[in-house]
Amino acid sequence: MKEELESIDYTIEEPEETLSMNPKKFIMWLFIVSIIMLFAAMTSAYLVRRAEGNWLEYTIPAVFSYSTAVLIFSSITMHLAYWAAKKDQFSLMRLAISITFVAGIAFLYMQFQGWVQLVDQKVFFVGNPAGSFMYVFTGLHAFHIISGLIVLLFALRAAFRLHIHAKSLDQIEIAATYWHFLDVLWLYLFAFLIYFH
Amino acid sequence: MATVETNLATTAHIAEHEHHEPQSFIRTYVFSEDHKTIAKQYLITGIVWAIIGISMSVIFRLQLGFPDMNLSFLKPILGTWINESNKLDPNFYLALVTMHGTIMVFFVLTAGLSGTFSNFLIPLQVGARDMASGFLNMLSYWFFFLAGLLMFVSLFIETGPAAGGWVIYPPLSALPQAHIGSELGMTLWLSSMALFIVSQLLGGINYITTVINLRTRGMSFSKLPLTIWAFFLTAVLGLISFPVLLSAALLLIFDRSFGTSFYLSEIYINGEALPNVGGSPILFQHLFWFLGHPEVYIVMLPALGITSEIIATNARKPIFGYRAMIASMMGIAFLAFIVWAHHMFVTGMNPFLGSIFMFLTLIIAVPSAVKAFNYITTLWRGNIRFTPAMLFSIGLVSFFISGGVTGLILGNSALDIQLHDTYFVVAHFHLVMGASSAFGLLAGVYHWFPKMFGRMMNDKLGYVHFWMTFIGIYCVFFPMHYTGIAGFPRRYYAFTSYDYTKNIFADMNSFISIAAIFAFGSQFLFLYNFVYSMFWGKKATQNPWKSNTLEWTAPIEPGHGNWPGEIPAVYRWPYDYSKPGAKDDFIPQNVPYSQTPESNLPHENELIGLEKEIEAQNLNDQFKQPH
Repeated sequence: MKEELESIDYTIEEPEETLSMNPKKFIMWLFIVSIIMLFAAMTSAYLVRRAEGNWLEYTIPAVFSYSTAVLIFSSITMHLAYWAAKKDQFSLMRLAISITFVAGIAFLYMQFQGWVQLVDQKVFFVGNPAGSFMYVFTGLHAFHIISGLIVLLFALRAAFRLHIHAKSLDQIEIAATYWHFLDVLWLYLFAFLIYFH
Repeated sequence: MATVETNLATTAHIAEHEHHEPQSFIRTYVFSEDHKTIAKQYLITGIVWAIIGISMSVIFRLQLGFPDMNLSFLKPILGTWINESNKLDPNFYLALVTMHGTIMVFFVLTAGLSGTFSNFLIPLQVGARDMASGFLNMLSYWFFFLAGLLMFVSLFIETGPAAGGWVIYPPLSALPQAHIGSELGMTLWLSSMALFIVSQLLGGINYITTVINLRTRGMSFSKLPLTIWAFFLTAVLGLISFPVLLSAALLLIFDRSFGTSFYLSEIYINGEALPNVGGSPILFQHLFWFLGHPEVYIVMLPALGITSEIIATNARKPIFGYRAMIASMMGIAFLAFIVWAHHMFVTGMNPFLGSIFMFLTLIIAVPSAVKAFNYITTLWRGNIRFTPAMLFSIGLVSFFISGGVTGLILGNSALDIQLHDTYFVVAHFHLVMGASSAFGLLAGVYHWFPKMFGRMMNDKLGYVHFWMTFIGIYCVFFPMHYTGIAGFPRRYYAFTSYDYTKNIFADMNSFISIAAIFAFGSQFLFLYNFVYSMFWGKKATQNPWKSNTLEWTAPIEPGHGNWPGEIPAVYRWPYDYSKPGAKDDFIPQNVPYSQTPESNLPHENELIGLEKEIEAQNLNDQFKQPH
């Protein structure tokens, strides 16, 4: 019995450190996973429905391309804010967060203009699901952008109270991660809508 | 720079100060951020919902078992839902069936089970002071409470609660004119479920983060108790599947309230065409069952995890196949996402696609069988102590097997054509997920009651409760297989109205109803035991079940922060029961190998050298000290 036990080659385990990621950051990533699933469900529903035929074809208003550019710009300024925080350049950081915030508002306004143009094109929320999906995707994304703006506001408040600096980057990292995610999410949705419209 | 540093110091000081303030009654018991209090809130809310949900089933069982019965004695509760001829209103029958399903699946066996035990056990068993975010945890409970409140309100409105079945398939659920239950009741159902999903996501995100980030020193994933593995995988399932249900519900809300046509197409009501064109009701089923199927495992996995722990503890044996258990849970969790269409075999789907889903579905039998065999082999030649918790765990294994076997039959797309939507399905899922996970819940309450309330539950009452429930449940669901094979469809108000059901199985249906009342009645024993023991039960000892996991090293009634002083470090897996050579028949996880030279295996002696390293590790303690 004893020999038998000894003959087994046990691999010696190293004691592992538990993951040292900040729990709040980790929570943000999991939150992002749930948002991804929400939109994965929506886009799959879109594909399933589209495969069944009876699908309205329409051109996507150009304003959505412009709003995409604005959102990408806001992501760059968000990154600038993070970079400034790392370098303890407080006024630049506040400026960059504010620009990001304003760009976010501008994006929302342009998305709304997109809806107005869709209505002009006689693509309505109520009617063929092809149009309804367009409104749902943009609307749900806009809803998340609003939540992103709130996160930005908190970051801005923390920036003014000097709670964000080179040694305390968690909050701005969380805000930046979320904002970049919303940017990528929109790029995905926009590419998806163009490709499968 | 100096300003920044000072600022940092002051904020840290303020945060510390806030933590040490004695908390008001409301913050301690109502809006508490302590995981133990939140767990108890979930448990008690779950019990209240269970009473409501099960009594609904008793009412519709009265209708099914005794169709001629005078139900006027229910008038004080149900009012005009008992009509002039003293019978149950058929519309309300549908509402009862729907509400029973919704309440039991979501409020009792998801929130009541996961909410209670994930919250209670995760920090205590991984060695954490509390959840990763106490605030989100509190929000999670109160979202659940709000969801429950809305659902509760919907029971009392004039048009009655939702009545389209717990799966709320459109177009029935999408058109208010389709049925009175699809009016305000359905709106409230959807709002309630949206809140519930938010609650589950907040809870699940917290569980995952806590398990990954806040384990104590030495608690590697390969030393986690199986309970934690189960709760962890359950939370992952929820995180991935609940947002999909939210999408489905959102589109349904648009269809109902804004007139879109995601799920509706070319419908005539009373000869009049509705404006909706181009929707697809099957789309809803795809989205719904993409949650709906993982939901089955969200309900089941925590119960299986609890059972693993209780069976190993009370058989005084290491769990058989620890890694196989983890692998099979992962297998189940993975397969859960690719079998949803087996609920839709009869929707006219491509038979080739059907056979793929059938194949994937039947594969689930493999990890499930691994688990069942592992339970049995753990019991084999163990020094079994038949505590009430152990009995309920063994009962769970019994239900899991007898309900699982019929899953093989239903998973066949050909056999499903006959059996779809019959009582055979009802029997199958009530045994394999309903009764088993309810048994997991009860087993967990009996087992961890001493940790929750510092007192023991009464064993004798527990035994009586177990046998009455166990026999009652088999008497309810076993006969249903026969009525199902005979073609009795589920959700029908009265079998006396159809030629093919009129003359058969009337006695059997009465028998089922009597058994249901018997099983329901026996739950009051539990309720009495629960409340009585909470206040007047025998005082618990430090480790009443001689168990290995970390929660029993905390004080009998753990305070805020769980352990006074340092959190214990972990050196071994949680299943060192009856280890040859050891002086006790259990060695808790926090006992280092250097203290047990008499029982160490050769490779374990080599691990002694690592103990210093484990102790030197970062404490990973949220608050650094207890409160």
